[in-house]
Amino acid sequence: MNCLEIKNINYSYQTLEAETLALQNISFTVQEGEFVSIVGPSGCGKSTLLNLICGLAKADTGEILLNGTKLTQTSAHIGYMLQKDHLFEWRTVYSNVTLGLELKHHLNENEKEKVQKMLDTYGLSAFSDSRPSQLSGGMRQRAALIRTLVMEPDLLLLDEPFSALDYQTRLEVCDDVHKILKEQKKTALLVTHDLSEAISMSDKIIVLSKRPGHIKSVLEIHFDNSLSPLQRRNAQEFPSYFNIIWKELMDYEK
Amino acid sequence: MKNELNNHQNYIKQYHFKKRLIRVEQIFLLFFLLGMWEFSSRVGWLNAFIFSSPSRIISCAFHMAVDGTLFTHIGTTILETILSFLIVTVIGILAAVILWMFRSLSEVLEPYLVMLNSLPKSALAPVLIVWLGNNMKTIIVAAVSVAIFGSIITLYASFREVDQDKLKLIRILGGTRLQAMTKVLLPGSIPVIISNMKVNIGLCLVGVIIGEFLASKQGLGYLIIYGSQVFKMDWVMMSIVILCIVAMCLYQFVNLLEKSYIKRIR
Repeated sequence: MNCLEIKNINYSYQTLEAETLALQNISFTVQEGEFVSIVGPSGCGKSTLLNLICGLAKADTGEILLNGTKLTQTSAHIGYMLQKDHLFEWRTVYSNVTLGLELKHHLNENEKEKVQKMLDTYGLSAFSDSRPSQLSGGMRQRAALIRTLVMEPDLLLLDEPFSALDYQTRLEVCDDVHKILKEQKKTALLVTHDLSEAISMSDKIIVLSKRPGHIKSVLEIHFDNSLSPLQRRNAQEFPSYFNIIWKELMDYEK
Repeated sequence: MKNELNNHQNYIKQYHFKKRLIRVEQIFLLFFLLGMWEFSSRVGWLNAFIFSSPSRIISCAFHMAVDGTLFTHIGTTILETILSFLIVTVIGILAAVILWMFRSLSEVLEPYLVMLNSLPKSALAPVLIVWLGNNMKTIIVAAVSVAIFGSIITLYASFREVDQDKLKLIRILGGTRLQAMTKVLLPGSIPVIISNMKVNIGLCLVGVIIGEFLASKQGLGYLIIYGSQVFKMDWVMMSIVILCIVAMCLYQFVNLLEKSYIKRIR
């Protein structure tokens, strides 16, 4: 079943100097439980696309359907992870994680129990009352993920959520996040410029051209299901996927 | 290993020694200056009638303390300063928050704020006396006017620097602009608010003294202006010395507030 359906999206920026077409005729679908990545050169409108999906900006034309219903504004069914974790230093880890529930006034006993369970499962319960600065980079990212997941979104948008981490932590967090998302059977849409990261995590990769961004190609990725992102990097199919996408991107440079 | 420990102990010892040395030097400097002042006036290098002297200041303070007038003057100035400081703090934060909530309002008001901020506030004092009379109201309004516009401009400028992605996070999680204010803007701006308070407490004291120069019957500012008019320089110099101490205490009070905040979030 289609979780997300994007139909003929066009979007342009307005400045005093000119109107710039950022996204051109974008259409694709994301199946339920699927992990899809969008890769492309910087400035191709990847992040803009996520903003459109989560309702922070409005497309000029086209429509976006979530589980068959048209999206018009920000929706509680969509979770969004930003480039940095943005944990608030003036809150404890626990009250950072419950921020979304607090904003929606949903912080009841039932939810509290659920939050506690998630903190337990993902190894953060000992740090409930700590300040974010006492967590490692990987733990911070996990806390940010829990903050998103307690809202029980149907679709998770990830905007280069690992780009602020050092390389080693990045590989660990990739594994972590991938595992958590698979366990929770979440549908996810990742935006990245890191091809290896996209290949190691995704079921499907969408390649965007440079501005005005349009879909260059869509590539299905098949690995043995039991492999973690880190193990995928060592699988024999990995280099060939890398080369295909690399060529797609390079073709466009010429 | 033992050697290392000794090294570390040495380091700590030296550190504390240095700190104590500085304190001793500071106190020495104070007594040296006071001593020179006293000495110069005793041997006639300075005219004690015009320049006063530490001993005359102390005896003057003692006499005024005995009849109680000293505490009325100090109390009045401190009360006026704290009242105007509280008003500036509350109105400053409120106004900056309102400007932040309504972007277009801030665009309209910007040139007015800039103009009011750069206007020399002492020019307003005579107007205030005519409008409000020769009383404490005038002094407090004068003190508030000295600090308030700079405070609003500083706070609003720092509010605008709040990380846009943090505000975006609130929107993504379904929060309103009001919630963005209470959950991100204010808690994230507490360090800026406190450093702004440090500036304001000093400015309020300046404003109170200006106000007391022009419209009052008591307070340290009154004592300074009255003393100079009747050539009682002991009063004037004593008031200035007390003002130094008051200014330092008020600043330290805000400093303590900051320290307790830092302790709390750690």
